[in-house]
Amino acid sequence: MKEKKRPGRQAPANLEPGRRAWPPHHQPRLRVLIAKPGLDGHDRGAKVICRALRDAGMEVIYTGLRRTPEEIVNAAIQEDVDLIGLSILSGAHNVLFPRIMNLLRKRGASDIPVIAGGIIPEKDIPRLKKIGLAEIFLPGTPTQEIIQWVREHIPERSKKKVISS
Amino acid sequence: MNRSQSQLKRKLSEDTASLRCGLRRWERAFKEEFKLGGGETSKATSISGRPIKALYTPLDLKDFDFWRELGFPGEYPFTRGIHPTMYRGRLWTMRQFSGFGSAEDTNRRFKYLLSLGQTGLSVAFHLPTLMGIDSDHPLAQGEIGKCGVAIDSLADMEILFDGIPLDKITTSMTINPPAAVLWAMYIAVAEKQGVSPQIISGTIQNDILKEYIAQKTYVFPPRPSMKLVVDTFEYGAKEVPRWNTISISGYHIREAGATAVQELAFTLRDGIEYVEWALERGLKIDEFAPRLSFFFNAHNDFFEEIAKFRAARKIWAEVMRERFGAKKERSWWLRFHTQTSGVSLMAQQPYNNIIRVAIQALAAVLGGTQSLHTNSLDETYALPSEQAVTIALRTQQIIAYESGVANTIDPLGGSYYVEKLTQEMEEEAKAYIRKIDNLGGMVKAIELGFPQKEIADSAYFYQQAVEKKEKIIVGVNAFEMEHEPIPILEVDPAVAEHQLGRLREVKKTRNKLLVKQSLADLKKAAQDEINLMPFILNCVRAYATVGEVMDALKEVYGVYEEPTTY
Repeated sequence: MKEKKRPGRQAPANLEPGRRAWPPHHQPRLRVLIAKPGLDGHDRGAKVICRALRDAGMEVIYTGLRRTPEEIVNAAIQEDVDLIGLSILSGAHNVLFPRIMNLLRKRGASDIPVIAGGIIPEKDIPRLKKIGLAEIFLPGTPTQEIIQWVREHIPERSKKKVISS
Repeated sequence: MNRSQSQLKRKLSEDTASLRCGLRRWERAFKEEFKLGGGETSKATSISGRPIKALYTPLDLKDFDFWRELGFPGEYPFTRGIHPTMYRGRLWTMRQFSGFGSAEDTNRRFKYLLSLGQTGLSVAFHLPTLMGIDSDHPLAQGEIGKCGVAIDSLADMEILFDGIPLDKITTSMTINPPAAVLWAMYIAVAEKQGVSPQIISGTIQNDILKEYIAQKTYVFPPRPSMKLVVDTFEYGAKEVPRWNTISISGYHIREAGATAVQELAFTLRDGIEYVEWALERGLKIDEFAPRLSFFFNAHNDFFEEIAKFRAARKIWAEVMRERFGAKKERSWWLRFHTQTSGVSLMAQQPYNNIIRVAIQALAAVLGGTQSLHTNSLDETYALPSEQAVTIALRTQQIIAYESGVANTIDPLGGSYYVEKLTQEMEEEAKAYIRKIDNLGGMVKAIELGFPQKEIADSAYFYQQAVEKKEKIIVGVNAFEMEHEPIPILEVDPAVAEHQLGRLREVKKTRNKLLVKQSLADLKKAAQDEINLMPFILNCVRAYATVGEVMDALKEVYGVYEEPTTY
């Protein structure tokens, strides 16, 4: 029978031979910020993503609803996250995402990858990637696909360079 | 027991015995055929996770009491419908939720929909208005006119209803924290048309409890918000008697991830909460109860939805008559609007959504809805295009005029399956209602995070079921294929500038002193805890904006922040 994984109690997947496992509270799990920019109050998707990422062993911080670009960037920096996920269904992404990306740059945090999901027309995706978004996940994307993407694209904390503030 | 009674008892037990025999015979044959192969679903569950048997028989209803469970349409407990005539007397209202861009854009869309044969209006406001802020607020940037129509002041409202006679049409407005403000604007527009508030008819959603639970457009904390809702009940009962001052909603609760039973239970318990608060204010039940209305979701699982609507009528009738002692029959009626489920529509192969909506709409009609909105095929992409909303409306018209289902009342009454489902849903919903009663009521339950957690859990389990292919979604986790892009509605980017320009103009030309005074009077009235409707009316007549009115109230009531749990 497959043992049920509990967050904080599993050894890192890439443990090198001979290396001592970190005690749970020192374990360098990936930290992800899931944010709701703008006025949109639809949080079903964002909450499902939060739980899925948490169940996959990541630490997830949820910003709650109606956050400004400033609040999101502040939270990302304060929480020292490895990834920012933006959830938006209101159509305001073309105004809010560039603001967020600009602020990250100004605050010296543009090395934090940013992904997004929600209701985002396909034709907007090239422009959003051009301003620096790493990936956009459209409706119907399985959570497993997102988790897979994160594991493949977001470097482990122990391997990360120190961010200069 | 006399001879004929004992003869009847023996006959019934013989009938039951022979039925049991037949059932066992069928079960053997079922298992036999299953073993031979060709059976796809050994265990079936509804979309809400309820186990569904392969067959329902009279044995499932052996304790069924016709008068307690069913009765006749237009009679307590109204399981079969609230009117003796139902659709033979009048079809449901075809009421498409719409709004985008500027008031001019939406006025045009309203007229288009009316020309297609829609029979009622339904207004979708953009996010800033829904949140009680104006288009010139910093948080409104990027949001103007995107999710609904931009309404900042009475000036916009006048344009919205230009050329639409408010004595001849009913209008539903999906608006919650600022519901009283938009309602006041509608009343003011009617006044300008020479139409008395005594005859205008429509609905304001005004259901703040479900905002904390699901839709999340809340502004003030729960208690002052409830007070404001009761203000509208009180004002409406006297001054706007044909208006439904609330649309107690399950739609959003369902969309957020709830099961059918949770949708049913939380909605009705919200209703109970509103009644309790109104009674506590001193309102008489039979004065406001007839103007409470409801709003449900029509989701994918056809029979579960029909059972849900029937159970809803039954439970509410009992709540009103037995729990609250309402005497008027009209107070016992659960009148509801339905919208087909948005969250069930998919981005992949979007034309499939037309079929989903048709099936869902049919369930709503077979469930006896008073009013119906059908979603458009482009639901996951944008607001409805003209072509898409036309198909959505035609769906209702084809059901109404071609399918024959409206010819008889509650056609599924007596179905072993539907009656059993109705009973089960009633029992399960009542258990939830009792649970929330024990927690201390719905406001308390919300403060404890109870309904929110139930919904988040259901949403997560459903997503997992889909990813494990325990629930199949055509085009998404089965039968996938590439599809051509579809045309989608784009909101003209010039709308934002246009709206800001109009807002500046309104602020420049209105009587600034009158605005200042009316807002000050409103604030004082809020502090004095008296009915705010007359004060809100004065503010809107003076062209105070939605944001200005809401800001005045925020100063008194504060704002609400929900805990960031998931």
